[in-house]
Amino acid sequence: MTARRPIVPFLRVPADGEPYLAGHRCTACGAIFLGPRLACGRCMARGSFEEVPLSRTGTLWVYSIVHQSSPGVPVPYVAAIVDLPEGVSVRCSLVDVAPDPAALSFGMPVEMTTAVSQQDRDGNDVVAFFFRPAQGGA
Amino acid sequence: MRDVHVAGVGMIRFGRYKDRDVPDLGGEAALLALDDAGLGVRDVEFLAAGSLFQANAMVGQRILQQIGQTGIPVVNVANACATGSTAFREAWLAVASGEHDVGMAVGVEQMGKMGLLGGGGGSGVRTEGVLGSGLMPAVFGQAGMEHMRRHGTTQAQFAKVAVKNHRHSTRNPLSQYQVEVSLDDVLHARMVAYPNTLYMCCPTGDGAAAAVLVSPEKARQLGANVKVLASVLTSDPWSERDLTLPDVNTLTRAAAARAYERAGVGPEDVDLVELHDCFATAELLHYENLGLCGEGEAGRLIDDGETAHGGRIPVNVSGGLLSKGHPLGATGVANVFEIVQHLRGRAGARQVDGARVGLAHVIGLGSACTINILGG
Repeated sequence: MTARRPIVPFLRVPADGEPYLAGHRCTACGAIFLGPRLACGRCMARGSFEEVPLSRTGTLWVYSIVHQSSPGVPVPYVAAIVDLPEGVSVRCSLVDVAPDPAALSFGMPVEMTTAVSQQDRDGNDVVAFFFRPAQGGA
Repeated sequence: MRDVHVAGVGMIRFGRYKDRDVPDLGGEAALLALDDAGLGVRDVEFLAAGSLFQANAMVGQRILQQIGQTGIPVVNVANACATGSTAFREAWLAVASGEHDVGMAVGVEQMGKMGLLGGGGGSGVRTEGVLGSGLMPAVFGQAGMEHMRRHGTTQAQFAKVAVKNHRHSTRNPLSQYQVEVSLDDVLHARMVAYPNTLYMCCPTGDGAAAAVLVSPEKARQLGANVKVLASVLTSDPWSERDLTLPDVNTLTRAAAARAYERAGVGPEDVDLVELHDCFATAELLHYENLGLCGEGEAGRLIDDGETAHGGRIPVNVSGGLLSKGHPLGATGVANVFEIVQHLRGRAGARQVDGARVGLAHVIGLGSACTINILGG
């Protein structure tokens, strides 16, 4: 039997709800990490993290457009850094937009979407997150 | 800590040596450096060997098997692209501490045509192109785009770095490439990762470089007059987006501040700089990180030709990583080689006249930054 598994541990795919990214927030200083830490890299406080769901919308910080990649990776694609309102950024591909600087602007609103990106070695569907230009307006 | 002098340097031309191996390449550079210093392998008391992709393969000891097994202490260093410069610093520490009077650093790498770096991950699940990019051209593309976002820097300004460094390399017989390219060539070359085109990306390759560091007394005996004014290593402190976009700026600024303080010089005293132009975008960031210009002025600096040979503060007159090449472990020692040649007035057609102080900067992503300031 095959199952659905997230591409990274901080992507949560609940059976009954929208997928979301989970951050580990330092309760001492508020810095957010993607994945657990023994101590906060910013304020050094030990073991005081809480898991927080991150927003599905954010803004485009910067990007590159990759035209030459590793063997077997389809090109071009927009490699983006997206800022989320919680004060953390994520590395992601920007989809549903032309891979052209003319179509991309710093600070543009974006929203998260998910899709099955591939099957793993055991035949499970691997769910990945992507961002795309925000469609809902403000 | 006591003063440390560079008594000799050696470097082989960067390129592709498919019929040779790492200890052979490193050994040749080591012998060149020993000859340059007027010393033999029996004089060397400590060896630091830097080689990234053979970090677990005892490269230093295998180099000694090539050039003479004297039983000295050897450390093998890996620190991403700062591997060679970290080895240099280990040799500096060994002499500065008073433990040894003669230390040698060898940086060597054999990459062949290995393709783009940074896309790794052997989990069987592909993330490259799915979760953005971990490939170096994209990462440094994004770092350049940050500068574009903050300061309005243009792709053409980044491209001018490639024009300059490729032009510089035509005067360096040890450079992997020695071909001039025009701004038009650069901008219309195959796009690798916007805004970096092919000529704005350093090549892979093979190479080796070595340096012999000595105590003040040895330096007097040998007539070695190039001194290490500062040798600094930093790692990346927490910064706002470092989870996703490696921050090559903060740790370089920290290293620069400490290096200038230790050396007792400021950026205005530096006559030439070899900095880590793994991609054309990176060079402009480091103009500001190293204090060669004010905040947001890097674009103007390249436009005005101030960092070209003959300009106010020549940068990468060797051709830089973009053209001289970037065999990872060799790079940091090769930068020191270049500075030393200028300080001794032996840089040939590319000599920066009257050079007294030079700065060598290297970034290893992940991250490590070294800055070595030398005076002659």
